[in-house]
Amino acid sequence: MLIRALKDEGVEFVFGYPGGAALHIYDAIFRQSDVKHILVRHEQAATHAADGYARATGKVGTVLVTSGPGATNAITGIATAYMDSIPMVVISGQVQSHLIGEDAFQETDMVGISRPIVKHSFMIKHASEIPEIVKKAYYIAATGRPGPVVIDVPKDLTHPAYTFPYEYPEKVKLRSYTPATRGHSGQIKKAVQLLLGAKRPIIYSGGGVVQGNASHLLKELVDLLNYPVTNTLMGLGAYPGTGKNFLGMLGMHGTYEANTAMHHSDVILAVGARFDDRVTNTVSKFCPNAKIIHIDIDPASISKTVTADVPIVGAVDSVLGEMLALIKDSDEKPDAEALASWWGQINDWRERHGIYTQNRFDTSSDKIKPQEVIQAIWEVTKGDAYVTSDVGQHQMFAAQYYLFDKPRRWINSGGLGTMGFGLPAAMGVQMADRDATVVCVTGEGSIQMCIQELSTCTQYHLPVKVICLNNQALGMVRQWQDMQYSSRYAESLYEDSLPDFVKLAEAYGHVGIRVTKKEELKAKLAECFALKDRVVFMDIMVDQSEHVYPMHVAPNGSMRDMLLSKTERT
Amino acid sequence: MRRIISVLVENAPGALSRVVGLFSQRGYNIESLTVAPTEDETLSRLTLTTLGDDHKIEQITKHLNKLIDVVKLVDLTEGSHIERELMLIKVKASGAQRAEVKRCVDIFRGQIVDVTSTLYTIQITGASDKLDAFLQAVGDASIIEVVRTGVCGISRGEKVLSL
Repeated sequence: MLIRALKDEGVEFVFGYPGGAALHIYDAIFRQSDVKHILVRHEQAATHAADGYARATGKVGTVLVTSGPGATNAITGIATAYMDSIPMVVISGQVQSHLIGEDAFQETDMVGISRPIVKHSFMIKHASEIPEIVKKAYYIAATGRPGPVVIDVPKDLTHPAYTFPYEYPEKVKLRSYTPATRGHSGQIKKAVQLLLGAKRPIIYSGGGVVQGNASHLLKELVDLLNYPVTNTLMGLGAYPGTGKNFLGMLGMHGTYEANTAMHHSDVILAVGARFDDRVTNTVSKFCPNAKIIHIDIDPASISKTVTADVPIVGAVDSVLGEMLALIKDSDEKPDAEALASWWGQINDWRERHGIYTQNRFDTSSDKIKPQEVIQAIWEVTKGDAYVTSDVGQHQMFAAQYYLFDKPRRWINSGGLGTMGFGLPAAMGVQMADRDATVVCVTGEGSIQMCIQELSTCTQYHLPVKVICLNNQALGMVRQWQDMQYSSRYAESLYEDSLPDFVKLAEAYGHVGIRVTKKEELKAKLAECFALKDRVVFMDIMVDQSEHVYPMHVAPNGSMRDMLLSKTERT
Repeated sequence: MRRIISVLVENAPGALSRVVGLFSQRGYNIESLTVAPTEDETLSRLTLTTLGDDHKIEQITKHLNKLIDVVKLVDLTEGSHIERELMLIKVKASGAQRAEVKRCVDIFRGQIVDVTSTLYTIQITGASDKLDAFLQAVGDASIIEVVRTGVCGISRGEKVLSL
């Protein structure tokens, strides 16, 4: 019944791992061919793979795990999806109904454990509820501000002998759940007026624009007004990375021009972004002269940390659409003179300290710089790959130097910062698009948190390209230890204990390539990407001493207070 | 500022834990909490009192509204309202104290609902500050045991919280 409901819901792939409490469900999977199951090597990877699939396609990712350890292993991935508002349904097996509460074998209170990190959860009490609950779960996961939904299913309720008349509901209605759609038209008018009257405007867009499929509208708005635009880590690709109005990413490791322009702006249009602490730096010093227009589908995101002057609760595509129509009809035009002088100022910032106007790392060094690797990947993939990442320095370098021209191409754990995310997420993306180039940018630390998935790649022929920026240290931890702990590297070094990743890749049946010399980098990357049908693990030995810059000064810094290199600060 | 928030939630397993979990997860405090089914058996009504400035209360109500099981809510303290709490209290009552406690109970319009040779068990209803005042009047030295239901409340006039 459960699998039939998934099929009727249009589910293509289920990422999962079997176990006692889920065996009836797995038997049902075996006896059909519509819903395909991908067997991972660890339940955490199942959730990340479903997450990657969801981020790349916009569809709901589906996970199936067993009770107890299966369920708890899935928790990290559920929390990752929750923090980044990714639509996902996680079905967990549960012990038989009559055993619940008795500390039965592999029993855990999944609904309880997952409660703070799900949008909603269901415990099935009667088998006849299954179709309706499945429908509700997918509806809740995908609509409004998306998020993960857990369905906990006691084993006895999936017993094939338990039959009932099956009907999959076409529509579902929940009296207590009415996600916002259109924004308030009065507020939208106010926003347009404020925006058109701005002297130093900036558009700050986040993951909500990607999730809300509104990138084309954002681009239209930016082009129409000729205003500068910056994207959050989650929002990269919402406006083209090579677009002329793009200032780069903002925030802790954002560009000088983006952060400085935010600080000096007089009107900020925030779209589908949530004023995260990694963006704002010290909230009380955040953009002192700016009036803030905040568009978000989630009312709780508005005025949570930074108070909005014009709050608009609504779906970003609908609100941006209305704004565009109003601007086109309006007699008022942006102040051309003020805008020209604002662009002059921004271009001056760009020229002085921007990371795209000239290389801000030592290009004369013999050592391979991680930034160069990302630039080289961008060139060899023509800027058109799906790039997943793990968490740490490599993630920030990828975000800074791979310029995403399309939404849903940059797939990373922004909110939770989950190491181990990259490889399984890349598998999910590759399942969704078999012909796409999928790159996992990782480090030797992160990759070892889910490296077992190289085996899954073998089984399902997922030719993911793993680019490991190997600096033989937990780079971001080491960077902070350099900056704040007088270079006392507490437990951030591996002391020659790292595996030979080339041999390891070969052991899994893949191609391993090591790069130690700078002059070999481009040729070896070209070799890697030419192997279209193979998993290639590139172990690239990069400069251990490299830090990620710019970096916000913290604590007590504002948006414009940044370290620009080891010796310069604003 | 003290607020009384009344919430209609689905009468479903786990609904209460979602509300309570939200408070601990986001660092909000709950001063008191009462919950019971309503005349519509699919709904429970939950009343909670909490402390916070306008910004915090706005976040609390927004996050409560986001919970799928929450159908509707109102901050009763935004308008005129009636609040009541019930308290049962065991007080030492022997010798001269006996008459004194009885007088005090009458003043606060409470009732003595059980008696032993040394104790009175008193029932008293009213707004929370009235109950606090009664406890103060009786004095810590005489109090043996206190149990309070927590606040429940309802808007005055035509305003109602229903579907």
